[in-house]
Amino acid sequence: MIVAKQKPLEEITKMLEGYQRVLILGCGTCVAVCFAGGEREVGILASSLRMADKISGKNRLFREHTVERQCEWEFLDDLNEQVKEVNAILSLGCGVGVQAVAERFPDIPVLPGLNTLFMGMPVQEGVFAERCVGCGDCMLDRTGGICPIARCPKGLVNGPCGGYRDGKCEVDPTRDCTWIQIYERLKKVGRLDILYTPQPLKDYSKMGHPRSIIL
Amino acid sequence: MEHEMISKNQFEPVIVAFCCHYCAYAAADLAGVMRLQYPTNIRIIKLPCSGTIDVLHILKAFEQGADGVFVAGCLKGTCHFIEGNIRAEKRVAQAKAILSEIGLEAERLEMFFVSASEGPQFANVARKMTDKVRELGPSPVKRKR
Repeated sequence: MIVAKQKPLEEITKMLEGYQRVLILGCGTCVAVCFAGGEREVGILASSLRMADKISGKNRLFREHTVERQCEWEFLDDLNEQVKEVNAILSLGCGVGVQAVAERFPDIPVLPGLNTLFMGMPVQEGVFAERCVGCGDCMLDRTGGICPIARCPKGLVNGPCGGYRDGKCEVDPTRDCTWIQIYERLKKVGRLDILYTPQPLKDYSKMGHPRSIIL
Repeated sequence: MEHEMISKNQFEPVIVAFCCHYCAYAAADLAGVMRLQYPTNIRIIKLPCSGTIDVLHILKAFEQGADGVFVAGCLKGTCHFIEGNIRAEKRVAQAKAILSEIGLEAERLEMFFVSASEGPQFANVARKMTDKVRELGPSPVKRKR
C-alpha cells in the first residue's frame, strides 16, 4: 500500500487562500488505511477548517466526499456534478490520486492535502514501514524475501557493509541491519548457498521515469 | 455580539460529556442517586467504552456549538475492554493538538478517569469543567457567527 501523511494545517490553509468553495476529496484505499486521507480524515480536516474559518471570521464552503479510489477514473464519475459547484478540489489522495483527479477535471485547480511517503505496510499498530521502492528488477528471490534496496539505508546488493555493530545498522543504530536479517532468514530456510554467488550490479536504468506498461 | 455582552459569570456554557457505559455513566447515575448537585451544563452522551470516541466526534461537538467537551473513561488498568481508556486518552491528546492549531483553547477539552463507584468524583469533574469553561468564555466558534 501507499503510505502518506497529512500536510500541516498551516500549509493547507495557505494553499486554499482565494478559494471560496472547496471540495475535500478523500480516497478509501491505501491512504485510508494509514489514517491520512479516508472518510474520517476528510471529516476531521473539513471540521477543523470550518471552525478555523468561523474563528477568523471567514465564511467558505467546504464540501466532503470520499471515493473508493482516486487513482482510477471510473471511481471519479460520481464527482461530475459536485465539481461544478466548487472552485478548487483539495485531494487527500496520494500523489497518483491528485494527478488522476487533475487529469479527469482539467478545468479546476486540484491541490494536494497529503505528502506521499512510500510503499509499505503496517508493522504494528500505528507504525508503517517502507518495503518496496519499485525498482523494476525484483531480487527478493535472492535475499530471503527481504528487500535490501528499500530497507538497507545504503541499498547494498552485496551486504552487509562493514559498519554494522551487534546486528544493528550504523546509519540508524535503533534498526536491525537488513543484511543480517537477510542472512538469518536465508539460514532459516536452508538457502545460505545463495550468498556464495555475488550479486551483479543493479540495473537502475529500469527505475528511469516515467515508466508505463502496456498489457 | 450578544454572547460577548454577557459577562463571564452569567455565561452558561454547553459542555458535552462523552461517558463510558461501565464507569463514568454509572458514576453520573450514582451522583444522581446520591442527590449530589452538579451543574446542569453537562450534556451526557453514553459510549459503550471511552475507546469508541473518535477525534471526529469531539470536533463535531465543538463545530456544532459546544463550549467544552470532556471524555470520561475508567480508571487506568480497569477498562472493561482492556485499553479503551488509554486509546481515548491518545485521541483526546490528538484532538487537543488540532484545537490549538485552529485557534481554539485546548483547555476546552479534557479527559477524566472515573470509576463507577465515584459519584462525588463525577460531580467534582462536572463542576471543575464548568468553572474552567465559564472562565474561558463562550466558544469563539459560535461567537463569531
